[in-house]
Amino acid sequence: MKKQTLHISTSPHLAQGTSVEVIMRNVVIALMPAALFSIYAFGWNAALVLITAVVSCLLTEHILCRLANKRSTVSDWSAIITGLLLGLTLPPIFPLWMTFLGGVFAIGMGKFLFGGLGYNVFNPALVGRAVLQGAFPVAITTWYASFSAERFTTLHSAVLAVPFMEPVIDGTSGATPLSAFKFDGITSEASDLALGLVSGSTGETSSVFILLGGLYLVWRNFMNWRIPVAILATVFVFSGILYWIDPIEYPSPLFMLFSGGLMLGAVFMATDMVASPITSWGVIIYGIIIGALVVIIRLWGGLPEGVMYAILLGNAISPHIDRLVRYRVYGTSLKTS
Amino acid sequence: MKTAKQTFKHGIHPPENKEETNGLPIRQFSFAPLIILPLAQHIGAPSKLVIREGQEVVRGQILAESDGYLSVPLHAPVSGLVKKIAYVPTISGKMTTGIYLEPFPSSTQETLEGEAIDIDSASPEEILIGIQQAGIVGLGGAAFPTHAKLKIPDGKHCDTLIINGIECEPYLTTDHRVMLEQSDDIFLGIKYLMKATGAKRTIIGIEANKQDAADLLRERLPKNEAISVEVVPVKYPQGAEKMLITALLGKEVPSRGLPIDVNAVVVNVATTAEIGRLLPHGRGIQERVITITGPGVKKKGNYLIPIGTPLRYVLEQVGVDESVSEVYMGGPMMGVAVANLDISIVKGTSGIVVFNKEQIEQAPQVYPCIKCGACVDACPLSLNPSKLGILAKFESYEKMAEEYHLMDCFECGSCSYVCPSHIPLVQYFRLSKSIVRKRKVA
Ligand code: SF4
Ligand code: SF4
Repeated sequence: MKKQTLHISTSPHLAQGTSVEVIMRNVVIALMPAALFSIYAFGWNAALVLITAVVSCLLTEHILCRLANKRSTVSDWSAIITGLLLGLTLPPIFPLWMTFLGGVFAIGMGKFLFGGLGYNVFNPALVGRAVLQGAFPVAITTWYASFSAERFTTLHSAVLAVPFMEPVIDGTSGATPLSAFKFDGITSEASDLALGLVSGSTGETSSVFILLGGLYLVWRNFMNWRIPVAILATVFVFSGILYWIDPIEYPSPLFMLFSGGLMLGAVFMATDMVASPITSWGVIIYGIIIGALVVIIRLWGGLPEGVMYAILLGNAISPHIDRLVRYRVYGTSLKTS
Repeated sequence: MKTAKQTFKHGIHPPENKEETNGLPIRQFSFAPLIILPLAQHIGAPSKLVIREGQEVVRGQILAESDGYLSVPLHAPVSGLVKKIAYVPTISGKMTTGIYLEPFPSSTQETLEGEAIDIDSASPEEILIGIQQAGIVGLGGAAFPTHAKLKIPDGKHCDTLIINGIECEPYLTTDHRVMLEQSDDIFLGIKYLMKATGAKRTIIGIEANKQDAADLLRERLPKNEAISVEVVPVKYPQGAEKMLITALLGKEVPSRGLPIDVNAVVVNVATTAEIGRLLPHGRGIQERVITITGPGVKKKGNYLIPIGTPLRYVLEQVGVDESVSEVYMGGPMMGVAVANLDISIVKGTSGIVVFNKEQIEQAPQVYPCIKCGACVDACPLSLNPSKLGILAKFESYEKMAEEYHLMDCFECGSCSYVCPSHIPLVQYFRLSKSIVRKRKVA
């Protein structure tokens, strides 16, 4: 045998073959049905918002990596997820310059400030959205009716608003089902909600397509199904009990499930691996807490929508859940015979 | 027929890759022109030389005797001339004292025999001495002196003897072939082991991918003896002692404890066969069965190879591809990559796996932990490798050991195997463990 160089590595010498890129790429794939549907429902406005959010996140990530003298991490797909998620939580006629700013904050504050991928405490997209909510409370609650006739022919004036000028708010904005309920006591049909035939943010309106993406990820084993199941079950049971006590005062549990950003939040945001607990029991507790917070904020809080804050709070306590909820290590707390 | 349904918690399912060799009978390997025997063949004190350079030795003769209790003698695998005694390379990279033995051209299979241990008349103590004298160590790969493992500490007793025929490492089929071909030796070995430990019953644990071996052993089960064969589901690392005990007995060995803490002793099946074969004749270990396989090997198979055969000679005989780029001693999950082909086969070598360029992952990109939890759900001990990995980066070794049970980790590699961020977790833990041990001593 000839002399040859031997490769040396430490055990194990086999690997399952998954990688961070593969997981992240699949999340992007799973978000596609919801994203495409929102473009179908809201037209070019929504498309521009989504694209702007993604481009902004990628650019921010790339520039910050360069500034920090690190290898650019745009190729790991995670910034695309943040961009898509951010875009999907915004109103379809959200001004693009604000959208862009949201991406900068999502990546800069939600991700880089904490040390980048793997170290973020909160879901970066939600951090971006929370900043926008604080900075532009009017624009972010200016909704737009779905399936308007001119959605593929004209761009809404607000979308192309010049930075730092008050966007013109005209009559086309419609109340979202949740705000309609909150402030006017009107509830919508659950089936309309599920299919996305209502107004709302670009992506939060079509539960069916969001669930489809979620099922794909669960099937590929890239998502912890316990999180959405725990959140949705908690919302359903909690609001179901209230509805059973007083159906006039409280909305039906189905309305609660399918309205607002709950589906998007439960399936795609609360499941951010980095910001959720690590054990099976941990994520169930986490899901229950988020679900309960959603109901409490929606029904008794000052805001029509509570999913964002509920998840951010869930993210904040998840390290504590991990400290408290651990698997029992093999062979511990057992008597020796 | 009783089939154990139980298994341990978590674990992984790497591709088994055993089909290529599990149907190939054990074949005798030829003698290399030069046998190189390091004295450190096992865990514990290396054997102590009793021969000198230039001496002629006979096959089976003791070349080095045990140096204390945790040590075993080393026998000549072949009759020949002791060329020199010098430093020899080992797999760990360290050089240790070794014997260069040149076989006589017409070396016969004639073997020198020592004092036979008769199963009926020998006392448990005599059996243990016999096992030590035969140079027997754990052949599953651990190479821990078997007599020391069988010694029941004062105040403890052994109820169950477990024979480990799991062989959960991918690619390896050594134990599988031994079970198919050496059932008489195994059953006789069990007799010795039961007498030595005082065990009331024996369970032979076999993974479901070796059903043929289980069927054969069941068929030949000696009458009137409390021996049973249990088939357990295929899952890595089912062959780890603790995992096997949990699967067969439904008990957990206490953290940092030993099988005897739950009144069990676990012995590898090939080791058992060796005991049954050697003790009645007072012989010592001279050769062992090794699976040589992997995509880089031309003549894959299960071979009976003399201890001390140089790895280079072995690879020349079986033929390896030009592009060979990684060679492991042991299986691919826990085996060690070979840096130097001049090392030789030792008692603990259970397999040689050769990979080509194509199988070697080109140093995958390591990402930070994304807390996906895959490792947590893979660890058979329910440790938290994610947290341990992060603590290791911060060099919080004490916290790892005290709060997160680092010292329980037996380096099975399941966590690294599943990690999508390709974090070398096991590597971290190996280093952390040795640092903790050193600090404890200091
Ligand atoms: S190597 Fe250690 S930490 Fe990793 S899975 Fe095995 S026992 Fe658990
Ligand atoms: S498998 Fe790797 S990335 Fe996932 S939690 Fe464990 S260490 Fe982190």
